[in-house]
Amino acid sequence: MSRFSEQPSPMAQPKSFLWTRRIVLTLLLAFVLIPVYVMASSSLKSLQDVQGSFEWIPHSLTVKPYVDIWKTIPLAHYFVNSLIVCLSATAFSVVLATFAAYAVSRYRFLGRKVFTVTVLSTQMFPGILFLLPLYLIFVNIGNSTGITLNGSRLGLIITYLTFSLPFSIWMLAGYFDSIPHDLDEAAKVDGCGPIGALFRVVVPAAVPGIVAVSVYAFMTAWGEVLFASVMTNQSTRTLAVGLREYATQNDVYWNQVMAASIVVSVPVVAGFLLLQRYLVAGLTAGAVK
Amino acid sequence: MTATAPARRVPEAGPDSGKPAAGGRLRPRFIERIRRGGLPYLLLLPAVIAELLIHIVPMFFGILISFKNLTLFYIHHWNSAPWAGFDNYKTAVKIHQPIGQELLHSFWVTLSYTLLSVGASWLLGIAAAILLQDKFRGRGLIRTVFLVPYALPAYAALITWTFMFQQDTGLVNHVLHDQLHITSDKSFWLIGQNSFWSMVIVSVWKSWPFAFLALMAGLQNVPRELYEAAAMDGAGVWQQIRKITLPALRPVNQVIVLVLFLWTFNDFNTPFVMFGQNPPRQADLISIHIYQSSFINWNFGSGSAMSVLLLLFLLVVTAIYLLVTSRGRSESDV
Repeated sequence: MSRFSEQPSPMAQPKSFLWTRRIVLTLLLAFVLIPVYVMASSSLKSLQDVQGSFEWIPHSLTVKPYVDIWKTIPLAHYFVNSLIVCLSATAFSVVLATFAAYAVSRYRFLGRKVFTVTVLSTQMFPGILFLLPLYLIFVNIGNSTGITLNGSRLGLIITYLTFSLPFSIWMLAGYFDSIPHDLDEAAKVDGCGPIGALFRVVVPAAVPGIVAVSVYAFMTAWGEVLFASVMTNQSTRTLAVGLREYATQNDVYWNQVMAASIVVSVPVVAGFLLLQRYLVAGLTAGAVK
Repeated sequence: MTATAPARRVPEAGPDSGKPAAGGRLRPRFIERIRRGGLPYLLLLPAVIAELLIHIVPMFFGILISFKNLTLFYIHHWNSAPWAGFDNYKTAVKIHQPIGQELLHSFWVTLSYTLLSVGASWLLGIAAAILLQDKFRGRGLIRTVFLVPYALPAYAALITWTFMFQQDTGLVNHVLHDQLHITSDKSFWLIGQNSFWSMVIVSVWKSWPFAFLALMAGLQNVPRELYEAAAMDGAGVWQQIRKITLPALRPVNQVIVLVLFLWTFNDFNTPFVMFGQNPPRQADLISIHIYQSSFINWNFGSGSAMSVLLLLFLLVVTAIYLLVTSRGRSESDV
């Protein structure tokens, strides 16, 4: 078969492929978007409307749920708790991951493989396995030293930072690997120590990877339910647990629940969508390794 | 630059460790060696401490507790809790006694839930990744939309699904009953056997974007020329997918299927947000089952024993899985 004969180019797809693509992608879009639409449209309905049969097109719109959500439960308080916990956990996680990833990427040392494998595998273990003992450890640390970890934001911050740490180290190490070693060698020749090289050369070159890891760490912490449900009390409660309080009212204010869901989702979804380029690139760098 | 000059001498002090006369004993040399080779360890130290505190130590502590009779009474002085030997384990695996029976039931529910959810998530993920491989108008937008379930906080999405599954006011019954007239009555989706299927659907909705994202990244490593060569040889699109795309994705598949399996098997959020602390029996996933026997019944010993059994099961499954899939891969490479 000559290469000049009429062959379909890889780009020319048969009708069957194009139709499959149209149909499958349309169905998937519907599957993905329907809950998002329900969330958005119901958040703008009156209580009476959400208590009746579901309506695709709301017959009247109101922003009242968005006003009421702050009064029904102390949502602002939970919001602040979540922000403090998640931002701190993210900051610490990224710094620790940067140091660790630099070591893994730039040095060959005894135990390097063991470290990477162990750390990654901790993420695969059931959360419930750590929850019980960690709860007891926190309670007992509190009893013997007076440092309150159980029920405090600090305990939750320490816990959350380790949740994103393994994957962050793995992703960042992949990212650092893609930065030519010559760059930091040159910096060392110019008089930087290894730490100087990290901060002056590697970190600036790895900003996309670091951004990706930060988004990932924040999302992980923001969405966590299990540990938050056990390790927080009324004053340190985060959104993940707090949101359930709308459902414990006699009447579930579904319009408010949906409005609150929108409010808590906007920061992460917006951040994710804005930075998804970096996140996908970071994931790919990790995957290539 | 001057500021960093002193720092430079630290690593340099290492190489000229040719001063054995200094001290002559083992100790100074030892310190020298730490200084030369210790930096990576120093860099890892904070991460290791955090991992030790939150993961490793509690894990061993959990194994210890599983041999104790630790109830609410001993919670503030767990040391004095009496040893229980293998009693907690025996109770957990006695499948003819209520506790063991319920644990086994929960295990089967979790296993079916996991297999269904992972299978469907993988299928949707790979379909979307392949269909979005070539450029066309709107591709970028669709890709972004597909990632939305991944970006949404789990509980916000789960609450929305719970609303959609409401019997009187939910979208699902509105469509099935009012609009399509498929069901004669408005069904209850959050109790009974239906609760299991609702949970599976929600789980797929949440998980498949991850499969999609990872497979999409994997596809970028498939060389374009392979397709061109195949097209030259007269292979159609479908054949190209079967002969090039799917085999090329095997390493990525190996990882995502495992990761999805472990995540789904350990899933706590879905039943907890959808049903609260007491899920219907048909939706009693193992994580929430253990949670319940620990924090609701305040029996940490028995809860820990169940956790350890769960961990052992996952370790064995992971080991077998890696063994089987890796062997299959090396054979097919020949």
